[in-house]
Order: sequence, then structure tokens, then C-alpha cells
Amino acid sequence: MTDRPTGAAPSGAAPVASEDADLAIRTDGLTKRFRSGQVAVAGIDLRVPRGAVYGFIGPNGSGKTTTIRMLLGLVRPTSGRAHLLGGAMPEAGAGVLPRVGALVEGPAFHPYLTGRANLGRLDASDATADPRTARQRADEALERVGLAAAAAKPYRQYSLGMKQRLGLAAALLRPRELLVLDEPTNGLDPQGTREVRNLVRELADHGTTVLVSSHLLAEIEQVCSHVGIMSGGHLLLQGDRAELTGRGLPRLSLQTSADHVGAAAEVLTGLGLTDVQTAGHTVSALLGAVPPEKVSAALVHAGVDLLGLEVRRPNLEQIFVELTGEGFDVAR
Amino acid sequence: MSLVEVAPRRGSLLRLVRSELRLVLGRRRNIVLLVGLSLVPLLLGTVLFLTQDTALDGQGPGFVGRVTGNGLFLVIASLFLCLPFLLPLTIGIASGDAIAGEASAGTLRYLLTVPVARGRLLAVKAVGALAFAASAVTAIAIVGVVAGAAFFGLRGITLLSGTTVPLGDGILRVAAVVVYVGLSMTGLVAVGLFFSTLTEVPVGAMAATVVTAIVCGVLDQLPQLATIAPALLTHHWLDFAEFLRLEPDWGVLGQGLALQAAWVAIFGALAWSRFTTADVSS
Ligand SMILES: Nc1ncnc2c1ncn2[C@@H]1O[C@H](COP(=O)(O)OP(=O)(O)OP(=O)(O)O)[C@@H](O)[C@H]1O
Ligand SMILES: [Mg+2]
Repeated sequence: MTDRPTGAAPSGAAPVASEDADLAIRTDGLTKRFRSGQVAVAGIDLRVPRGAVYGFIGPNGSGKTTTIRMLLGLVRPTSGRAHLLGGAMPEAGAGVLPRVGALVEGPAFHPYLTGRANLGRLDASDATADPRTARQRADEALERVGLAAAAAKPYRQYSLGMKQRLGLAAALLRPRELLVLDEPTNGLDPQGTREVRNLVRELADHGTTVLVSSHLLAEIEQVCSHVGIMSGGHLLLQGDRAELTGRGLPRLSLQTSADHVGAAAEVLTGLGLTDVQTAGHTVSALLGAVPPEKVSAALVHAGVDLLGLEVRRPNLEQIFVELTGEGFDVAR
Repeated sequence: MSLVEVAPRRGSLLRLVRSELRLVLGRRRNIVLLVGLSLVPLLLGTVLFLTQDTALDGQGPGFVGRVTGNGLFLVIASLFLCLPFLLPLTIGIASGDAIAGEASAGTLRYLLTVPVARGRLLAVKAVGALAFAASAVTAIAIVGVVAGAAFFGLRGITLLSGTTVPLGDGILRVAAVVVYVGLSMTGLVAVGLFFSTLTEVPVGAMAATVVTAIVCGVLDQLPQLATIAPALLTHHWLDFAEFLRLEPDWGVLGQGLALQAAWVAIFGALAWSRFTTADVSS
């Protein structure tokens, strides 16, 4: 599989300096080979524009978390470089990381401390945080993730979703320019998932850049302005979401009565549509350049009972399958 | 367009140290360990008090026989009994847990992304572990003095040479013993901290630390290894008895402290070089 990073803009070649100022995250040939010999990340060139909600997606084991660990300076790259908010990691960490909120591979706190005390512990370790506002900021963050009522409970008594929410609260302890959220909705109920989506939207509306990783495409597709698709340590594709999905070929499908299926297929073929398929009462074909209204007019003209008709652009999952020729949930 | 102040604030290190001390000394497991250690002088005092009429005097380890005559010796006897195993065990648990405990809980990655510089975190963890070691020794001393006073009364102590010094002098000498034993634990704390940076399994780091102390103690007993004995972690631990001589041998005590300093330097450096470069993938 080849590595095919694509810039957000199709024209691409902006001067490097001005491009850098517009990027919240930039990696060049970022690679991690673990001591076991496993190449978890194989030379990826991430470009996350400032203000973007970047969906970082890929199946289990595709290298998302390892990439995030390198971005945050937890793991040293074998080769390549990572820039976070303009600073080279891990060297620039002290100046950069206070402006970054992170959730990495699930929440982790001291089980015998309360939710609030855990946030206090993180705030106390932040050399740049103001101790006078610590309590207030912790309470605001807890409020924001809907945990205010459980603030005084020991972490050990939290449910999975409450733990995840506390992790998000920790990422929101201070105003951030960038949020790096690794599987933020893991363990949340549908209500919680919706809340996280709204939270991400709200933060993005206020100018925060968000990198959110997930192995659930559908979940991410709704909030992202940009996507990057990982597979087997490679970044297969990245760019503006609308552009990526727009690039896929639209397919028209129609429902008709049993005895009109053959006629409908003939009309589609006659109009120059390709890859005509029939399944039960459904006939579908790649639309190409033919306008859909012309198809419906031709069908009516030919006396075909038209029970339903839709044109669908492929979603990210279909694009992924197209790219890799395999199901999305294939782990390596 | 920085929304966030990124200049370190004054007093931030102190704030982190305070948080670490609260974490270490407020943790229930550690409190239980301290209570367990405090039971040693209490139980020893009780047993000696109940049996002091029977002819136990002069039997058992040297310090134990003197306790019934003077409560101050309860501190010395308790430290003597705890040194071979109980103190290394409790201190090994606390210092082996320092980094590995945060790694296994996953909290290490969040501390590092706060961010806390790795060197600073290691230093703060060392302070926490040392504070626990100091608390352990102090707990034995305080409970020892109180129980000793209650059971046997405190009076001027009779030194190993047979001279008796007044109570004030005696208390100073016992305090010096406590401080010396506390300082003797610093090398072990450094060893524990180093093992703690090697693994994400706290029990492994704890066990390795305790085993190090025990193995040193055993090797120290073998006459065949007399040449390396002076370098062993435990070699000078029992030299606290110097303070019970009329003229303590400061040379020996100095060697004991220098030995600890060497272990601290070596294992501190190893811990630092390991921790500041290691991948955190827990
Ligand atoms: N510490 C490690 N040592 C060796 N191999 C590792 C280590 N951490 C991760 N890997 C390997 O690197 C690959 C990528 O793992 P990573 O955790 O980055 O995947 P991911 O995309 O986050 O997956 P998921 O969706 O399951 O969270 C996997 O094959 C994994 O086995
Ligand atoms: Mg992951």
C-alpha cells in the first residue's frame, strides 16, 4: 500500500512558511518502529489546519494512538518530525503542551481520589496554571462534561462513561488552542456520544483546533471538517472531508415493481449509465454525468413504475473500502 | 494568539511537591504500612512489660535486654528489629511504586502531557519517597519514645562502655540514631526509584527493591565476600550503635553516610537517564 497524503487544497503548493503558521499539527515522515520490530507508524505527513476538526480514523491497530503519543512527546519517533502549534516536539513541550488538552487511550486517574481531587492533582502539576483559580476551573470543567453531581465521588466508583467524561474535563481544565482526543466517545451512551459531538462543535466554533481519533467512521463523519485515514501505519488519505466524499462517484438507485425491473435497467443503460445492477426490486447504476432528473423523466416516459429513487455519494467507509479493498475493521 | 499563560509561575514546584506529599502520605496503603511499623515498638514494649519479672534480662539482642531498664532503649531496639526486613519492605513498597504506580494506573502519561518535565517529576517523586522513608523511621521513634516512657520511664542512658550520661544527652544520642537510620534509607529509596522507572508493574519494582536490600544483607554476612562488603548497601546500617559509645567513631559514621551518598548518586543517575528517555506507552 502506498502512502498518498494529499493537501487540503487541490492546488497544494503554498509556501512552507505561511503554511506552517496555518497548521496546528504538522508531521514529516513521522515513523515509529517499536523494539519488537513492529512498525506502528510508517512515515506519515499529517497536516491539521488551525481551526479544523480533524477526524483521525483507521481500524484497530492502525497506529492512531502511537501517532498521538509521538505528537505529545510521550514516545520518541524512530525518524521524522512532529510540530505541534509550531513547536518541534518533544523539545518544545514545556511551551506548547499547556495550550493542548489531551485524552490518550482512555482516561486514567487515581482510583482512591475523588473526581475533583484528581483534577486538582493535574492542575497542581501544571507549572503554568494559576492556583487561585484551580478550584473554579475544575468545577467549570466538571460542569461542562455533566459530572458536577459526581465530583465528590472517588474515581473508583465511576462508571465507564463517567470516567471518560472526567478525562474530557481534564482536557478542558484550561482554555486550549488544540485538543487531541483519542477515542473520546469510547464507553459513552448515545446521549453522551451526542454531548461529546456537541462539545467538539462548540469548541471548534470558538476557534479550538480538534484532532479526534476513532475507529468508528460514522461517528466522526458528522463533526469533522477534515479527515485523515490510517491503515497499517500509513496515512492513506487526508484532506477536506466534503472534498474527499465529493470525489467518490455518485450512484443512482431506484425501486420499481417486479415486472418493470428489466425495463428500468434498459432505460438506465440506454442513457449511458454504467455498472447497472439489479437486486430484487432495486436497480442501481453509476450516474456519471447524467443529471438525475433526466433519468426520472426517461423512466416515466418509458412507462416504468417509479416507487423510489435516490442518488447517494459514497461515505467515508465506502471510500476506505475502495482504497484498501478490505473491510474497515480489519486489525493487523 | 495565545489564550494560555505558558510561563512557569513562582512556587509551582512547591505546589507539585505538596500535591505529591498529600498523595503519598494520604494514601491508605501507605498509612497502613506506617501503622504496621508503629506496632513494632508498641508490641515489643508490651511484651517486655508483661514479662519483665521473669528472667529475660540479658537475653535476646543486646538492645532488647536494656529496654526494661530505660524506655529510650525501646526506640533503639525497635529500629534494630525493623532494619533487616520491615523497614526495607515498607520503603521498598513506597519507592518502587513511585513511577511504576503512575505508569500502571496510566496517570503518568497525563502528568507528562500536563506537562511536567520528566526530570522535575522524577525529583518530586524522589521527595515523596524520601518523605515516606522519613515518616517510617519517625513513626517508630515517636511510638517508641511514648510507649517506652509509659511502660518503663525515661532516664539517662548507660552507654556501651558502661558510662551513664544524663537524660538530655541520652535523648540527643537517640535522636542522632534515628537521623542516621533515616539517612541510611536514602540509598534504598534511590534503588527503588530506579527499578520504578524500568517497569509498569509496581509489584515488580517493589520486590526488586526489597530483594536488593535483603541480598545485600545476606552477602554482608559472608566472610568470603569481605572485600566487597564495604560497598554493600546495608554494610553500615547497624553502625548507628556508634552513637551509644562515649566517643562515637565519626570515621565509621562518615563512611556509612558516604556509602549511601554513592548509592544515591549511582541509582539516581541511572533512574534519571532511564526516565528522561524512555517511551511512555502505558
Ligand atoms: N509499546 C508497544 N510495543 C510494541 N508494539 C506496540 C506498542 N504499542 C503499540 N504497538 C503496536 O503498534 C500498532 C499500532 O497500535 P496503536 O495503539 O497505535 O493503534 P490504534 O490505531 O490506536 O488502534 P485502536 O483503534 O485499537 O486504538 C499495533 O499493531 C500495536 O500492536
Ligand atoms: Mg488507539
